Amino acid sequence: MTKQVILGAHFPGVNNHTVWSDPAAGSQIQFGSFAHLARTAEAGKFDFFFLAEGLRLREQRGRIHDLDVVGRPNTITVLAALAAVTDYLGLAGTIQATYNEPYEIARQFATLDHLSGGRAAWNVVTSPDAFTGENFRRGGYLDRGDRYVRAAEFVQAARELWESWPPGAVAADREKGEFLTGAPARFEYSGLNFSISGHFTAPRSPQVHPVILQAGDSDGGREFAAHSADAIFTRHSTYDAGRAFYADVKSRLARYGRAPAELKVLPGASFVLGDTQAEAEEHARYVRRQQVSPQTAILLLEQVWNTDLSAFDADGPLPPFDPDPEAASIIEGRARMHDDPLAVARKWRAIAEEKNLSIRDLIIEVTGRQTFTGTPASVAEAINRSVQDDACDGFILVPHLIPAGLDEFAAKVVPLLQERGVLRSSYEEGTTLRDRLGLPPARPAASWAAARREPVDA
Amino acid sequence: MPGTGELHLAVALDGAGWHPAAWREPAARPGELFTAAYWADLAREAEGGTLDFLTIEDSLGLQSAGRSPGAAPDDRTDQVRGRLDAVLIAARIAPLTRRIGLVPTAITTHTEPFHLSTSIATLDYISEGRAGWRPRVSVSPREARHFGRREFPELSPQLLADPATARHMTDLFDEAADAVEVVRRLWDSWEDGAVIRDVPTGRFVDRDRLHYIDFASRWFSVRGPSITPRPPQGQPVVASLGHGPVPYAFAARASDIVFITPGSAPHARETVAQVREAEIDTERTGPPLAVYADLTVFIDDKPGEAAARKRRLDELDGAELSTDTAVFAGTPDELAELLTDWRQAAGLDGFRLRPGVLPHDLRQITRGLVPRLRRRGVFRAGYAESTLRARLGLRRPASRYERSPA
Ligand SMILES: Cc1cc2nc3c(=O)[nH]c(=O)nc-3n(C[C@H](O)[C@H](O)[C@H](O)COP(=O)(O)O)c2cc1C
Repeated sequence: MTKQVILGAHFPGVNNHTVWSDPAAGSQIQFGSFAHLARTAEAGKFDFFFLAEGLRLREQRGRIHDLDVVGRPNTITVLAALAAVTDYLGLAGTIQATYNEPYEIARQFATLDHLSGGRAAWNVVTSPDAFTGENFRRGGYLDRGDRYVRAAEFVQAARELWESWPPGAVAADREKGEFLTGAPARFEYSGLNFSISGHFTAPRSPQVHPVILQAGDSDGGREFAAHSADAIFTRHSTYDAGRAFYADVKSRLARYGRAPAELKVLPGASFVLGDTQAEAEEHARYVRRQQVSPQTAILLLEQVWNTDLSAFDADGPLPPFDPDPEAASIIEGRARMHDDPLAVARKWRAIAEEKNLSIRDLIIEVTGRQTFTGTPASVAEAINRSVQDDACDGFILVPHLIPAGLDEFAAKVVPLLQERGVLRSSYEEGTTLRDRLGLPPARPAASWAAARREPVDA
Repeated sequence: MPGTGELHLAVALDGAGWHPAAWREPAARPGELFTAAYWADLAREAEGGTLDFLTIEDSLGLQSAGRSPGAAPDDRTDQVRGRLDAVLIAARIAPLTRRIGLVPTAITTHTEPFHLSTSIATLDYISEGRAGWRPRVSVSPREARHFGRREFPELSPQLLADPATARHMTDLFDEAADAVEVVRRLWDSWEDGAVIRDVPTGRFVDRDRLHYIDFASRWFSVRGPSITPRPPQGQPVVASLGHGPVPYAFAARASDIVFITPGSAPHARETVAQVREAEIDTERTGPPLAVYADLTVFIDDKPGEAAARKRRLDELDGAELSTDTAVFAGTPDELAELLTDWRQAAGLDGFRLRPGVLPHDLRQITRGLVPRLRRRGVFRAGYAESTLRARLGLRRPASRYERSPA
């Protein structure tokens, strides 16, 4: 059976993927930029808009990182406003499970779901990071192993809250004088991380449970996706890595009594388009140079070498010495990028020597190349092939320019996907985001809890 | 001088209106209270009347017929129960309005000050400078159990006369003042113009213009800077409600506007004096608090009609409306008269009107009261300024972290 391609539109942010130095680069904070991307995505019949989150400004060498975009809005507040300028587009927001409490987050997503007519989605991320915790009263530190325990409990508690009002609880019947059909219902959740009870303030929302995404990649993260999420946002965007990842996470579902179609696999993907392949590649090189300024090249190198390299010239050769993996991390506020810095350094040195590359050219070569570079036809083909061959169920596209970075994709690639019959031409599959993603209606909280408590081993 | 500038008018939106039986009126839309269209229509109506701003009520627990703070939820099914997050309602209606100020309630007791700061700053971006915030404490032990992180005592019915309850409530207001301080410092933590986009040096921001706030108190510590650049107004407007010395002191420390609840013109004068005392006691430095009187209103054109309507609603509800404000029931002319009198007698800067029934009494405000106030020459004919601060006569302050130019 031909699968439909799921498309998300990621508002790009605080890393060097986002080109801010281009004359066409607009504000990263004015609402108009968010509205433009969302409207483009809706015109392109995308499934959802997507926002990331980071709750402390990144630092490197003990100072606020100033080379990339810095600053972002409050996630859910922007999504609520975007509900006013779109009609069908899903609204997905990344929100920490670590620096929040279930009652409040459940209430915010229930509100968003009500105010958008069933378009809310929550990307649940976890952080063990005491650095970010300094901005919060609860502090931040969570043992790595405990993060997903808290996240799973958090989502479970939210599900209890979302369905604590029975269906049809609001009668608003003037004749009978009944606003509610019965006395307000209580909720209760008790676990290792949360012991809460009382009354939720929001009636059931259109989706009952907003769509849950998850973005962790470790074994714990994948298992969390398998027992608690509707979709997984991943870095595995290439065909081969995608197929391996896809097979892995889908195989984890049966233990929890779930069918493969109940968890969507959505890699993040970047793209550069051109009228010919050569033109696209030429343009991609230009974009890469914008993404990797001389200063950024040194900085990205420091993330592997883990030491101050500010004295080095980006147009010169690599440092003569090797990284010190034992030294304290010089970067804070984002996930560690490299597991084995010595091995990475050895590999990079080999590439630089073989091709005679400067630091900047090397960084351009080895980091963050675009997922798709080509003509609209070849990109549409590559996207569809990945989906049909089970390397993924769709992509969360990350344009490198704001606000207009998705315009060309929506105008040129989307019609080709529609022609192939793998992307909708109008929004007519039901009314909620859950319907549009081809997800089953929300399952009761108790059934999620039971499946998680007693996984079935094949 | 306060009370001598132009008259400011705000409207307080809550559910189907402030009368517990409001939802049963023929024109009410009780089945739509949880939809965006309902709130959008109310906001447009308020903006049509060129009101200064609207407020949206909120709490982290269910409504109850018991009106005391921290009252337990009851089993009544004949009154409105349930509400959505007020900040998000404000965000949802911001792109649909252009001039009216948007002042949602958000609770300081359980919500992280960091999140409060970024959400109101974001509302300010979305509305292009029309955001405000009404901070509110949550005293209820039941609401504390929704979070499960703090144990709160049951409130004594004597409230502040009971030492344990008084300590609890004073603590919560102290904590709220610290929360507002953190929120305000975070708004200032990015100086204006910190985003430089300097291509030659490759720098997006000038990090010397980003500041740690390093706030630490008995309640929490917050490092900063904010993740959100300084909002368009610099400092969005903070407005709080008070019924006595503790909340007046809080307002004097934290707010730009205080809503008071006098029962009469002389009472309004006394209350304004108490507010001024609180400003002296707390050594307030900024501009004086703007003082608005809250008033619950039922308005109809024919004499006697509004009072009859209110009586009918009282009967439906089984009790006379009990509220913390004075209740007005009369014609638009009578209300215009009353507002003018109170304002002169007490030096009030404005009023926050609580419509007894939505949308009826809101329409009476925008279409009945406002034209009459204009005819008396006491209310503006339209919107001149584009930000809420400007409309309220508050200048846009520089960030507290900005070094004065050498
Ligand atoms: C594609 C992707 C996107 C992510 N986006 C965010 C984000 O926006 N905010 C955040 O705090 N963490 C984000 N994370 C971090 C994850 O939530 C998680 O903390 C991290 O991947 C480490 O967990 P793991 O060891 O299970 O992979 C993202 C991770 C991935 C793979």
